[in-house]
Formats: sequence, C-alpha cells, structure tokens
Amino acid sequence: MFSYNLDHLKELESESIFILREVAAQFEKPVLLFSGGKDSIIVSYLAKKAFYPAKIPFALLHIDTGHNFQETISFRDKWVEKLGTKLIVRSVQSSINSGRAHEESGPYASRNILQTITLLDAIEEFKFDAAIGGARRDEEKARAKERFFSHRDEFGQWEPKNQRPELWNLFNGRKKIGEHFRIFPLSNWTELDVWSYIQRNEIELPSLYFSHKRDVFERHGVIYGYADFMELLPDEKVKKLQVRFRTIGDMTCTGAIESNASTVNEIIDELLVSRVTERGSRIDDQRSENAMEERKKSGYF
Amino acid sequence: MSIKTEKELLRFTTCGSVDDGKSTLIGRLLLDTKNIFDDQLLALQSSSERKGLDEIDLSLLTDGLKAEREQGITIDVAYRYFSTPKREFIIADTPGHIQYTKNMVTGASSANLALILIDARKGMVEQTHRHSFIAGLLGIPHMVVCINKMDLVGYDQSVYEKIVDEFRMFSSRLDVQDIQFIPISAKLGDNVVNRSVQMPWYEGSTLMFHLEHVHISGDLNHVDCRLPVQYVIRPQDDAYHDYRAYAGRIAGGVFRKGDKVMVLPSGFTSTIKTINAPEGEIKEAFAPMSISLLLDDEIDISRGDMIVRENNSPQNSQDIDIMLCWLNEKKLQEGGRYIVKHTSREVRCIVKEILYKIDISHLRRIENETSFGVNDIGRVVLRTTQPLFFDSYRRNRNTGSLILIDEGTNETVGAGMIV
Ligand SMILES: Nc1nc2c(ncn2[C@@H]2O[C@H](COP(=O)(O)OP(=O)(O)O)[C@@H](O)[C@H]2O)c(=O)[nH]1
Repeated sequence: MFSYNLDHLKELESESIFILREVAAQFEKPVLLFSGGKDSIIVSYLAKKAFYPAKIPFALLHIDTGHNFQETISFRDKWVEKLGTKLIVRSVQSSINSGRAHEESGPYASRNILQTITLLDAIEEFKFDAAIGGARRDEEKARAKERFFSHRDEFGQWEPKNQRPELWNLFNGRKKIGEHFRIFPLSNWTELDVWSYIQRNEIELPSLYFSHKRDVFERHGVIYGYADFMELLPDEKVKKLQVRFRTIGDMTCTGAIESNASTVNEIIDELLVSRVTERGSRIDDQRSENAMEERKKSGYF
Repeated sequence: MSIKTEKELLRFTTCGSVDDGKSTLIGRLLLDTKNIFDDQLLALQSSSERKGLDEIDLSLLTDGLKAEREQGITIDVAYRYFSTPKREFIIADTPGHIQYTKNMVTGASSANLALILIDARKGMVEQTHRHSFIAGLLGIPHMVVCINKMDLVGYDQSVYEKIVDEFRMFSSRLDVQDIQFIPISAKLGDNVVNRSVQMPWYEGSTLMFHLEHVHISGDLNHVDCRLPVQYVIRPQDDAYHDYRAYAGRIAGGVFRKGDKVMVLPSGFTSTIKTINAPEGEIKEAFAPMSISLLLDDEIDISRGDMIVRENNSPQNSQDIDIMLCWLNEKKLQEGGRYIVKHTSREVRCIVKEILYKIDISHLRRIENETSFGVNDIGRVVLRTTQPLFFDSYRRNRNTGSLILIDEGTNETVGAGMIV
C-alpha cells in the first residue's frame, strides 16, 4: 500500500524549495552567493526547480578571490549558462586595488577573510536585501545555531545572542532599510545528504571533487594544491599526488585529501568510511577554535 | 558498500534542566552510533585535557558559541545531525535554563518527538513540569522520558519506578498521546545505544531503538487539503504566455490531478490540471511536499490565498483564540498591535483580550492579568484586520500556528497556537 511518506532527501528538498520561494516572495532584491562549490551548486539547482518553468528570479553573485582553482571558474561559466541566470562577479583584487582591503603577505597569506569586505561592498552596491548561501548547520559548531533567515544589521554583522526565534514554517524577513538577511536553504542538510542528492539527481560537479593527479605540497599535515602565487616554506616541496577536494574554496585555504574516488558512488563509499569531518580540511577554521564564529559575526558568508 | 538513500527523517528536541546530562547524552548518542569523526574526537580530547579532566567529557562536543562556552551553558537552540542505517535525525538541542522557555518552544515547534531528561537522584523538578507541559502544548506527538544517571543510584529499579509513577500522575493532565520511559546512564552508555547489563529488570527498548522505530508517518495531517499559496510562478517568456502556477508547501491533505478545488478568500472553484513537483509532473501530492498547481480556469490568485477542497474548508474568522507563548523582553499588553504571520498570510492584529496566564508548575490558571512577560504562556484573543483561514493547532500544526511580529523592531515576539 502506498503510504504518504517522504524520504529524508525529498523532505529536505521540499524544505529548501520552500525557503527559496519564500525569499522570492518576501524580498525585493535577493541574490544567490555562488562559490562554485557543491553546496552553492545544489542551491542554484534547487532554485531552478523552485521556479520552473520560469527563470530563477535573482542573480548569482561570485566573490572572486583571484586565487580560485581554474576548474571552478570554467565550471561556473558553463553552469550559469545552463541555468540561464545572470552572473555578477566582484573581485577581492579590486577591493585591494581600491584600498578597501589589505592583502596579507608571506607563506600564510590568505584572501579568505578579505572576501567579507568585497561581499559587503557588493551587497551595498546592488542594494541586495537577501543573500542566499549554501552553508549547512552540520559544517561547524558556530553554524549549528544559525537560522534559515539570518538577520544582519546595517553593518552586515551577525548577533548570535539576539537571533529571532524561528518557529514552524513561519519565516520573518522583515527588516529596516539598510539591513539585510542571509538565507541558508540547506541548513538541515549534511554532507552525506548533499552527495546522496547529487547521486540521485545526477548533478554535474567541478572535476576538483573527483580524484586527479595534481601538483601539491604539504603543510602541517594538510595537502594544498600548488599555484604560482603561493609562497613555500624552506622545507616544503611540490610533488604530484592523486587527490580530490572535499570542499572548494580559495586555494590558500582548501586542503585536499589523497583519494582514488573518481565517481559520485565512490565518493559516497569513501565518506561512509572516512573519519574526518569536511571542515577538517579547511585551514581557515583551524586558525583558532572560534575562527568561524568571529568571521561570521563580522559578516562572512 | 552502499547506503540506503530512502530513510525517514525524525526531528526531536531535547530538554532537561542544567546538569541533567543533556549534552552528555547527545555526545553519547553521536559516539555510539559512530557519528563522531576523528578530528572532532581529537578536539574533544584536547579540550577535556585543558579542563583538567582525565577522561573525555562528551558534553563538550555540543558546546556552542564562544559567549556560551564562557558561561558554560547553552543559551540558544543548536541543531545537530546524525544518522543510522535506519533513519536520519535532526536534534534541536534546547537549553534547560529557566528563562529560556522561548528556545524550547522554538525547538519544539518542528519536532516529532521530545526527549525529556530527569536526573535519577533528583526526580521531577519544576523544569520537568515546564518542559513536559510545553511539549504537550506544542503538540509534539511523541515523548520519551529518560531517567538519567542511573549509575549514581545503583541502577535501582525502585528509584526509576517512583519517578515513572510521579511523571504519569502529572502527565495525565497533559495532552500527549505517546510517552515512553527509559532508565539510562548517558555518561556510561547504559540503554542509550547499547543495552545495559546493569539493569536486567528493564525490558523495554534502548533509546536508540526507540528513536529508530517510533511510528511517525501519521504525524502529519493527510485528511484536510490545504495549500497556502506562497508564490505565483509566471514565466516572462512567450512560450509560456498565460502560464500561471500556484506554488506552495502542502500544509495538509492529499491533492490529486483532476480534483475540484476552491480558492480562499474568493470562493472561486476550479479543477487541478497539473501538479508539478521537483522531479516533474505527478498525479498526487501531500504534506510536506513543495509543489505548484495549474488550474483549469483563470482565477485571480495571489500569495496569502489558500487552495482547499470544496467540501472541506478551514475555519474563517477575524477573531482568533490562541494559546500564546511570549518570547520577548518587551511585554505584551492588552490592546497592543502586532503583525500576524499565519501560513503565507500577513495581517495586522490587536490583542483584544487576555483570558488567562498559566502557572506551569502547578498547571493552574491565573486570571485578571493584563500583560505577558517573556516566557509567559496563556490564552489570548486576537482581532485581525482581515480574516485568517485556519484549523485548530491540534488538528494541523501548519494551519493552526502563527507568530506575532513587533511592528517597531520587526522582531518575532510571540508564538501562537490556535485553540
Ligand atoms: N555519573 C553520571 N554522570 C553524568 C551522567 N550524565 C551526565 N553526567 C554528568 O553530569 C554533569 C552535567 O552533564 P551535562 O551533559 O553537561 O549536562 P547538561 O547541562 O544537561 O548539558 C557532567 O559532569 C556529566 O559528566 C550519567 O549518566 N552518570
């Protein structure tokens, strides 16, 4: 007998689509933050479904650190064309050039934190009132308390102590002029859910997620993809390894893992036996135990 | 190896007073179901060492934001995720502090199940009354009462049974259908995931077994058809000239292609031409699916309207009788004006009358009150500027719930359940 029961992936899909439609209904100028990573790919994929056959009623915004993997950028352009949406790119390099942001230097330099400045400037420039992101609560403990509709003050800051209670399916997106919301439709998804969803729907991904040979170097036990702009420490050497990435961000803060998994099925199998969280390979979180929370308060993704 | 991708999702909320062992229990559940990763375990070991402990403190796994960590208590709802081969779980981890009823209400609003912790040495305390009452008030269909720290009372059956009896006495006055009791030790793992060898006298299931098997598919209303219209899809494209689809998440009932439907408030009727789901066209849709409907006739429908079956309409009124939980420091006053958010509808309201507040510890009514402070719960009548289409909260949590928003600060200040 047929029972009126959704499996967990369909329930999560339905919840995320509900959120996306709610954003379109409640806000005047939303934007979808697109990093080229699997989570933002899923969000845009869901947005396509939410409004089908109409076009996604908002643009995609990519904050380009200038230190992206080449694969990410080419995937981004193909994907955007397929979605038929508008893509806006704002670059950290121009924030640096205009003196809004100051580049870190040395072997540990990263533009990860500078992204916040470029992002807030873009929100201001286009008067976006809602920025949709792909963050999930299971990623990191500071995210575990994040709301679906997360209020930001006029400085783009997050106040974890004074969050609006979120009850049932009733989302309160009311705000004053100059304030905005960050919206997280994938709040309730886990990493495994994301991969299972990709598998079920045969969603395309950048090749970086799959096993490939790459020039890398190791630092404090983390494997980094090597690029010309990176400064090596004296005892570090570039070598070739068979790797893949579990998350895709800026090259300076994304660690690879050694892996032979070259299909979605193999990745899921690997995840099921793997003993390290996804963010374990994110260097930005290892700077201190509260790194993510500090960045989020100041307006990070 | 392969995973079964078709699993059910169970949302549960945990409640207990400070130090009853809530964080330890969550840590234990994650550890014994192998949902803790190596890097998390390492971080846990090093924080435990820094605190001068010689064994790992499982409660540190779920500590939250920095400010809270400094105070050593959780002060906001935090969500946790884990899975077993049978089900996926979302835990709304709500703090036990007395002033944070608001968090418990938030966590409870979407839960299928409430997990209530009692310290075996202390038995029922005021917080237990409060939590069980709220779980009942929020219509959580299932409740599990874990009598924790059984190791500290020598795993004594009579201690357990005394608490069970006491709880039963109290809960007979609550509106909860399904209550289970389980004696556990969160710290040592007895009856959490693994069966206790210390308590052979207990013949019920372990907590994990219960979470994996409790029957939840009947928790949603599949009888009364309700689709609050959330968004109208109108492609700006010649190929789709005149295309209008009414999108929303089904709040109740089963909609089928060809069904005769009625639109509220206009009362116009039509027939369902097409149902679109994320995977394409389907014949039948039910809660909690997000879908869009195409109708045979051109009717003017917008966000805030509700699509129902002709022979089964919701109530329709401007006088709304609710149980209200107040969530804000700024008091609610009789005569106060607020924005009401109910399904996809937003209207203004005035608080017409405060009928009574509830003294939760004694389950007594307090009459003649004229204001509500933060964490107060009671019965209130609202008068809205336009009618709402609703069911009682008992019948449908989606069409029976509403929130109040302060017009000045835009904050969510109240949670209402329609009586
Ligand atoms: N002996 C014993 N101690 C426990 C048990 N559960 C929790 N504790 C201890 O009780 C204290 C409070 O636990 P915690 O999980 O932080 O409580 P919370 O405030 O409810 O989250 C900690 O020292 C725990 O180690 C148990 O089953 N047995």
